[in-house]
Amino acid sequence: MDVVVQLQRQLADHTASLFHEGFLNEQFNQLQQLQDESNPDFVVEVVSLFFEDSERLLNELAKALEQQAVDYKKVDAHVHQLKGSSSSIGAQRVQGVCIPFRNFCEEQNIEGCLKCLQQVKHEYSLVKNKLETLFKLEQQLIAAGGSFPTL
Amino acid sequence: KTIMGMAAEAQYHVLAVDDSLLDRKLIERLLKTSSYHVTAVDSGSKALEFLGLLEDEHNDALAPSDVDVNLIITDYCMPGMTGYDLLRKIKESKSLKDIPVVIMSSENIPSRINRCLEEGAEEFFLKPVQLSDVNKLKPHLLKGREKESEPSINKRKGMEECHSHDKTRTKYDGLEVV
Repeated sequence: MDVVVQLQRQLADHTASLFHEGFLNEQFNQLQQLQDESNPDFVVEVVSLFFEDSERLLNELAKALEQQAVDYKKVDAHVHQLKGSSSSIGAQRVQGVCIPFRNFCEEQNIEGCLKCLQQVKHEYSLVKNKLETLFKLEQQLIAAGGSFPTL
Repeated sequence: KTIMGMAAEAQYHVLAVDDSLLDRKLIERLLKTSSYHVTAVDSGSKALEFLGLLEDEHNDALAPSDVDVNLIITDYCMPGMTGYDLLRKIKESKSLKDIPVVIMSSENIPSRINRCLEEGAEEFFLKPVQLSDVNKLKPHLLKGREKESEPSINKRKGMEECHSHDKTRTKYDGLEVV
């Protein structure tokens, strides 16, 4: 049972830091509240969709910005989608970068766009990492016989 | 199922329209948590198809009581047909115009919101949609139900002449009201 307590503490700390450091916001709590015994994997499923969406969009963005004649409308459309899915799961920092990104699209500012792409890739990989750690801890906790309360 | 539909409180059926798979999953869960029966589609044209209104057909083959949807909730920004376009098509359709429509959008643009409300949308939700938003749907659904029960009495004769409809439930609904 000691292991369970330890894992619970680790999970609580990790979750708290995610919120404290602004990686996640209240929307993530909403997702957790929608999870129950009949939908035990809801959060993981939704976050997985976010990972898939984001990876696809980041690839599309890189391609679009490499073009000789950049189609800023297309770039903006991708950023809009990325902003949407990050906001849907509460990935606050990723969502945050999308705002200046869209402004640079409107200004057709290639430098600004490229910078934002780097930033959003960075934020995405950070939050992905942290969420994967979160899910791993949850799995360990369940395997050890514990359960986790949703905030 | 039809008999149970009469006796017990029938579930409300919501049609959700969103091109994002993630958002569809989210809205579906939100609606199901509130005990709604949900159908989720990824485009306006699929929505119209589901509602029995094909794009190139302008005459409504269906009577309002044939359509088994109590509320439509749609994203605004979608490729092809936007949520606004869908709203207009619904309001222009004799068979669909009384179904309450709610618009969702990630962008807080007052002129957009006003346009939708003026066109007949019941509510405009900012994304990400919350459980508290979904709780606001009940009164619109109840209002829709009331409207639905009136015309079905008159339309019953017309409906019986219609062929190829397995939706016998609506006929029983008409009887129930009488």
